[in-house]
Amino acid sequence: MREDKGIFYRIDWVLVGIYLTLVIIGWLNIYAAVFNENHHHIADLTQKYGKQMAFIIAAILLALGTLIIDPKFFSQFAWFIYGFFLFMLVIVIFSGREVAGSKGWFAIAGFGIQPAEFAKMATVLALAKYLGTLDVSISRFRSLVTASAIILFPAIIVLLQHDTGSAIVFLALVIVFYRAGLTGFIPLAFIVLPVLGVLALLIPKLMLVAVLLVLAGGFYFYSNQKLRTIVLISAVFLGSVGFVFSIDYSVKHILEPHQRNRIHVLLGQNFDLKGAGYNVNQSLIAIGSGRFFGKGFLQGTQTKYNFVPEQSTDFIFCTVGEEWGFLGSSILVLLYLGLFTRIILLAERQRSRFSRFYGYGVASILFFHFAINIGMTLGLMPVIGIPLPFVSYGGSSLWAFTVLLFIFIRQDSYRYELV
Amino acid sequence: MERIYADRKYIIIGFFLLIGLFYIARLFYVQIMVDKYILSANNNVLRYVTQYPARGLVFDRTGKLLVYNEAAYDLMVIPRQVKNPDTMALCHLIGIDKAEFINRLKKARNFSPYRPSIFEAQITRDSYGFLEEKLFLFQGFFVQSRTLRKYTYPVAAHTFGYIGEAGPDVIEKNSYYRPGDYIGISGIEKSYEEILRGKKGMKIRVFDVLNRDKGSFREGKYDTTSMAGTDLYSSLDAELQQYGEKLMTNKKGSIVAIEPQSGELLCVVSSPSYDPNLLAGNIRKKNYTLLLQDTVYVPLFNRALMAMYPPGSTFKLVDALVGQQEGVLTPQTRYGCPGGFPLGNGKKVGCHPHPSPLDLIGAIQISCNSYFCRVFKSIIDNRFYPSTRKAYESWRKEVMSFGFGKRLGIDIPGELNGNIPTPAYYDKYHGVNRWRSMTIISLGIGQGEIGITPIQLANLAAVISNKGWYYAPHIIRAIGRKDSLNMAYSTKHIVLVDPRYFDVVIEGMADVVTGGTGTIAKIDSITMCGKTGTAQNPHGKNHSIFIAFAPISNPKIAIAVVCENAGYGAAWAAPIASLMIEKYLNHSVKRKDLEDRMINGNLINGKLPESERGQGNILPD
Repeated sequence: MREDKGIFYRIDWVLVGIYLTLVIIGWLNIYAAVFNENHHHIADLTQKYGKQMAFIIAAILLALGTLIIDPKFFSQFAWFIYGFFLFMLVIVIFSGREVAGSKGWFAIAGFGIQPAEFAKMATVLALAKYLGTLDVSISRFRSLVTASAIILFPAIIVLLQHDTGSAIVFLALVIVFYRAGLTGFIPLAFIVLPVLGVLALLIPKLMLVAVLLVLAGGFYFYSNQKLRTIVLISAVFLGSVGFVFSIDYSVKHILEPHQRNRIHVLLGQNFDLKGAGYNVNQSLIAIGSGRFFGKGFLQGTQTKYNFVPEQSTDFIFCTVGEEWGFLGSSILVLLYLGLFTRIILLAERQRSRFSRFYGYGVASILFFHFAINIGMTLGLMPVIGIPLPFVSYGGSSLWAFTVLLFIFIRQDSYRYELV
Repeated sequence: MERIYADRKYIIIGFFLLIGLFYIARLFYVQIMVDKYILSANNNVLRYVTQYPARGLVFDRTGKLLVYNEAAYDLMVIPRQVKNPDTMALCHLIGIDKAEFINRLKKARNFSPYRPSIFEAQITRDSYGFLEEKLFLFQGFFVQSRTLRKYTYPVAAHTFGYIGEAGPDVIEKNSYYRPGDYIGISGIEKSYEEILRGKKGMKIRVFDVLNRDKGSFREGKYDTTSMAGTDLYSSLDAELQQYGEKLMTNKKGSIVAIEPQSGELLCVVSSPSYDPNLLAGNIRKKNYTLLLQDTVYVPLFNRALMAMYPPGSTFKLVDALVGQQEGVLTPQTRYGCPGGFPLGNGKKVGCHPHPSPLDLIGAIQISCNSYFCRVFKSIIDNRFYPSTRKAYESWRKEVMSFGFGKRLGIDIPGELNGNIPTPAYYDKYHGVNRWRSMTIISLGIGQGEIGITPIQLANLAAVISNKGWYYAPHIIRAIGRKDSLNMAYSTKHIVLVDPRYFDVVIEGMADVVTGGTGTIAKIDSITMCGKTGTAQNPHGKNHSIFIAFAPISNPKIAIAVVCENAGYGAAWAAPIASLMIEKYLNHSVKRKDLEDRMINGNLINGKLPESERGQGNILPD
């Protein structure tokens, strides 16, 4: 009975502690966001905080269930789980319910279930399984293609559900590729290209081309100046220039007006505060008015007046910012950073390649959600509607993130047995 | 194998931390460094309650109150706070049906569920009494006090104008106005808006998250008090205005009277008119639509300023003055009249039978068409000028110095230029320089393309009575204090005709009344100068026109009367002008028969009885 004693003895309580803290912070802020003097009872199921309470209880049961399952199950059934959720993603396109313009919901017993949230977990499992296979090396082109396909399949199906936000999340798994040995150029490109894209819209194109030329010249001057290097530098330079012009072209000619508007809002070129810029402006007002200590629990005015839309889901961080101030929001950010760092460190101590890559996948997905969501409320990222993990209101996302995290905790608790 | 990449964890963790710390820096900036957001947040919770000042009052020249304010109330609603209202009771109180109630509430909610919007505007004091008692029953509703324009005399609607809610275009251009504010839309309400409106005040109240009033913000430190609007002293004589409107009952046309020495308008009548009280308060929209749809009476059209007529024979006075100035005419100049002025193509400008030949005074007195066609011809054919064009340009310049063909700049909005044709106009019609004096001869008797507004005609009378100068006509003589002067109207305009040429014209005008075309206008106790005019009208019967001033020695009133489709100048315009002068100078009218006949004459939809045409002293002009 060594295992029985082991489950709770060997699980990482730091991760569990951070998880519980985030879930509680989430519930308190949902309560504050939708607080209404007519409905005090915290378990009032007609109110969002009542429902979230139910979601949390279900999530904890799910977490316990995950901890009981044999850890080998996840690696052995990874492909099956992946296939199952891909199938669900396709099914939901045809039989799903449409919520806020995206067709990604099943209606089950009055609750909406969003398979896309669980598909992230399934994809991380499949990717870890594939990369964990002994003869797979990401630096080989064939493996890279297969690994990319694992990510892109669900992403494309989710895109077909008109849920752009969730589709983009899958791209975060490129961090796992990097850890698996992919050349740093590709993850770097994921960072450099958006920066270049923003610059293409903000500063005159010719000036940008001139800067790129100077950079290319600099690289050439400090390089070994062999033919191969010169060709590489030239190719990167020409690619960048082409990218700059194509970004400019697509924003001006291909994007829909409302999408173009969002981009202008993000770049601070549009002050249409009643239209596309409204959310972000109200969000900044709510956060900014929190000052250092915040207004205190339930004392927020911006959130209570519903000035900020999607207050309990995508913009929940506004409530944190307003009621808990700089102090509270910074602590929340630090909690997340602690979570990510802890997951990475634990991943590195795994003996099983599957467990390690799975850990990196979990960290990547959670980090991406964190970065986009909070960046959006702070006016630093485009308004992409994806939830803040463990904190935002919603059953599907809470459950999916819980299972995602606890599979890793389970793997970690068994790290000596798994090879 | 991938163990060699284990160090990449530092890069990945580093990247996570970098983004996280960047967000903390951004939080620091947004929450601690800048004040912009906390101020905006305050704006979301503080409620700015506007204090509307009373608009300035308007008095007439004798000190009578003309325009004042009455308390009115806007019923406001905050949709979020509306809870299970007794809809029917409220509908009943403000007189709307349930569908309208739902519609208005929806509209308000669309504007904002948390901010007050107007539910029913400008409830009168009487209706408010009932509402006030029951208001506590309707959660989410409250009243905001406003003022409502009221008029002592139901006259001079066009002059007073009206106020209404400032539209989006105004709000965009002028930061003073907010939605729901009132602004002068026409008349002096518009032209003196900034003086009349005063200054809005602002009380800042704090509301908690449940929208309960928590009192004033920082003990009212940032509140501003409203300042009442400034009063205006009008030059209008309310009695005269009222009398003029009475005389114009059932007639289309205008009466404009000016005090010649000052340019102050004594009355501006545009008929048909309407009661200005109809366009005050919440009945405005409904009544405005009704007035706008009245295409028979066209009551909203301000004829005094906007209707252009050919001046007819009244323009002969200008011929007489310009002719003398140009040196082609002396008081002794005589022309014979063979029953008209031959145009050379077998046609002629007709004239009525009268003794012939006549000198200048006689020609004015009798209003001889032939005489003034010859005068006009000699002005245009003057050898002094190298061409017809130059002579015409000189004529036009002198004519325009009387205030014709351009706005006089009066302080009632909407004034039109009138029209004195340009040489270019004739070039276009007849070919460049292919027109001669005979081509445009009808200008000599005030017909053709010439267009003059009633106010310009009254100004002509004022110019002649002043012997060559005028102040621009204006309706507001003083602002704020009764004895101050409206400094905008202190420029004396000098006409390009020498004062010495006026005496003979004035003498001729006196003879018009004592023994000429306008004897019907004669008043025993007053020596008056006048001139009849009959404007040909291609659309129907001629317009009856009369201009006059009195008394001759020290003119106190200069007047122009236009009666549309009323026939000869002596038929209607002359007697009306005469009655107006009698009323203004003697304060009472003795000629009751004439007065009754004028008041009861219906020229719009009643047929003019033949007998009225047979009055012995009505002569064609």
